[in-house]
Amino acid sequence: MSIVVDEGTKLAVSGLTGREGSFHGLRNKAYGTDLVAGVTPGKGGQDVEGTPVFDTIAEAVTEAGANTSMIFVPARFAAAAIDEAIDSGVETVIAITEGIPVLDMLNTYWKAKEAGVRLIGPNCPGVLSPGKANVGIIPAQFFDPGPIGVVSKSGTLTYQIGNELKQAGTGNSSIVGIGGDPIVGSDFIDILELYEADPETELIVMVGEIGGDAEERAAEFIASEVSKPVVAYIAGFTAPPGKQMGHAGAIISGSSGTAQAKKDALEAKGVRVGESPTETAAIAAEMLRSL
Amino acid sequence: MDLLEYQGKQLFAKHGIAVPSGEVAKTVDDAVAAAEKIGYPCAIKAQVLIGGRGKAGGIKIARNAEEAREHAGAILGMDIVGPHGEGPFRVDQVWVEGGSDIAEEYYASVILDRGEKKLLTMVSAKGGMDIEAVAAEDPEALVKRHVDPTREFTAADARSIVADAGLAEDALDEAAEVLVKLAEVAREEDATLIEVNPLIATAGREVVALDSKVTIDGNALFRHQDLAEIADTVDDPQEQMAKEKGLTYVKLDGNVGILANGAGLCMSTLDVVAQAGGAPANFLDAGGGSKAEAIVNALEVIKSDAKVSAILFNIFGGITRCDEIANGIVTASQQIDLGMPLVVRLDGTNSEEGLRILAEANLPNLHQEKTMLDAARRVVELAGSVA
Repeated sequence: MSIVVDEGTKLAVSGLTGREGSFHGLRNKAYGTDLVAGVTPGKGGQDVEGTPVFDTIAEAVTEAGANTSMIFVPARFAAAAIDEAIDSGVETVIAITEGIPVLDMLNTYWKAKEAGVRLIGPNCPGVLSPGKANVGIIPAQFFDPGPIGVVSKSGTLTYQIGNELKQAGTGNSSIVGIGGDPIVGSDFIDILELYEADPETELIVMVGEIGGDAEERAAEFIASEVSKPVVAYIAGFTAPPGKQMGHAGAIISGSSGTAQAKKDALEAKGVRVGESPTETAAIAAEMLRSL
Repeated sequence: MDLLEYQGKQLFAKHGIAVPSGEVAKTVDDAVAAAEKIGYPCAIKAQVLIGGRGKAGGIKIARNAEEAREHAGAILGMDIVGPHGEGPFRVDQVWVEGGSDIAEEYYASVILDRGEKKLLTMVSAKGGMDIEAVAAEDPEALVKRHVDPTREFTAADARSIVADAGLAEDALDEAAEVLVKLAEVAREEDATLIEVNPLIATAGREVVALDSKVTIDGNALFRHQDLAEIADTVDDPQEQMAKEKGLTYVKLDGNVGILANGAGLCMSTLDVVAQAGGAPANFLDAGGGSKAEAIVNALEVIKSDAKVSAILFNIFGGITRCDEIANGIVTASQQIDLGMPLVVRLDGTNSEEGLRILAEANLPNLHQEKTMLDAARRVVELAGSVA
């Protein structure tokens, strides 16, 4: 097993006819992902290197059996594309697009919740289950199959940690980039819950960064709901205090959103937090050996 | 993107929320002229993007032209440091506004609650003071209620919130109307934070926004032409330059210039440099740019900060290939004279090829390191102590 994407993934890529969409969509296919369709309004009937293109995601579902949608549509149209995917009947929507207005995502988030569709992203690198499927822009060469589940807000930082895990001789059940936007479809908690239930995952690495309180919420969740060991890394200790406007943000989260506050919250619940990506990978590899 | 007080108030006025009339001024003479027009008493308020202006001496009341001249002279050009040590922020404009007849001071805000994925309204009868202290010491005095994302936020919803917050009975309808309009500003202007402290009720029972703190979602500026124009004005010269070149740059105080790909890796690089005893000069996310032009642009922005004495280029190649980046560095070094050491750490896709290209180019003042930690130590050593 692994989570979110695997051998059963049948992928439809919205934006497959675009430059980025075709580059990454075809890369995912080359990795072994079952790419069944592209979607671009007005280009139905065409194909991209043998993959049929449909006008709508719903057609990709009924005609090509798609169960997973990847969104590679420009920011100002992306929320509408995600909404279309939610209505189309797919189980999972992975939105790579960066720069979607947050209030658009507010509506889309609740739409996905109501429909029971799993939404990952936006502004995320996607999901890779090594040896099974890759949906998104994660460079698969740094990750081998193995027992560590990774969940991260950041892209390159995750590759850095994955590469160090690989050098330490271990690998991953899945790597999920949840994205760093203020509103994302799946938070740390949602993914931690999936890893907890996944028999292939023995240990979880969680990579957070400053802003919001998703890491603090995750710390609470880990304490009560996660039996597997979790190692964390938080980026942004030296980030400037910022030109914080008003005080309402601090009041609602009950946290300053700083890296230190997140580290403290995690450590208070017994989660080990690495000082650098290198140390984080080393701690994970060491804990895995002692399991 | 944060708005200055007066810009926020103009946005409020556009949506029918009462604000005092005023004028913005950049010189003492203009401020006095504005005060003469508005009449006395009037408030002269520093326009900077930080709280705590009053305590810092950035807000003064003028009762006549002489005082207006004195206060505007003192406030224009002053440096304001935020309550948590942010800044300093130089005051280059003031907002001159008419005095208000304050009967009660309230607090109202509408904010995006990231955790709950809803807009949250907060109202208190204890306005005009530090609302964080109110929330900590007397939590019941601050009423917090989420906006149901599936239906309209109505006057009745708003009235129940302001009533629960204990606002004056005869100001409830007016205050509820303001709260509905604040939620409308959030929705229609893509504001992720709107805070009004104080929101006042006058003796005549008019409810007026006496201050404003507004943050607009930068991703939504494409549909707000008026706000996009405000976003084009950036104070810091390096940040302005970076913006023109389409780079994500944040200036810091140290002497180690930082260039990395991806926001997370860049933040992590700052942390590792700090752990090695260094002081980062900036955050600069090079994104996926491997072309020489992008590298030249980034290096030019970093170099234009006179404090910088060494630069760390930390790349983990994913989709971006390290050999392309190495070629970009070689080309860039022919186009720009850095005049300081450049430490390069290349890892990831095609890193061996990248390292070979750099070694063969044998560039003066270029130092290669294999790991992030070694690269951080090296650049800190080369940068020396902060002057």
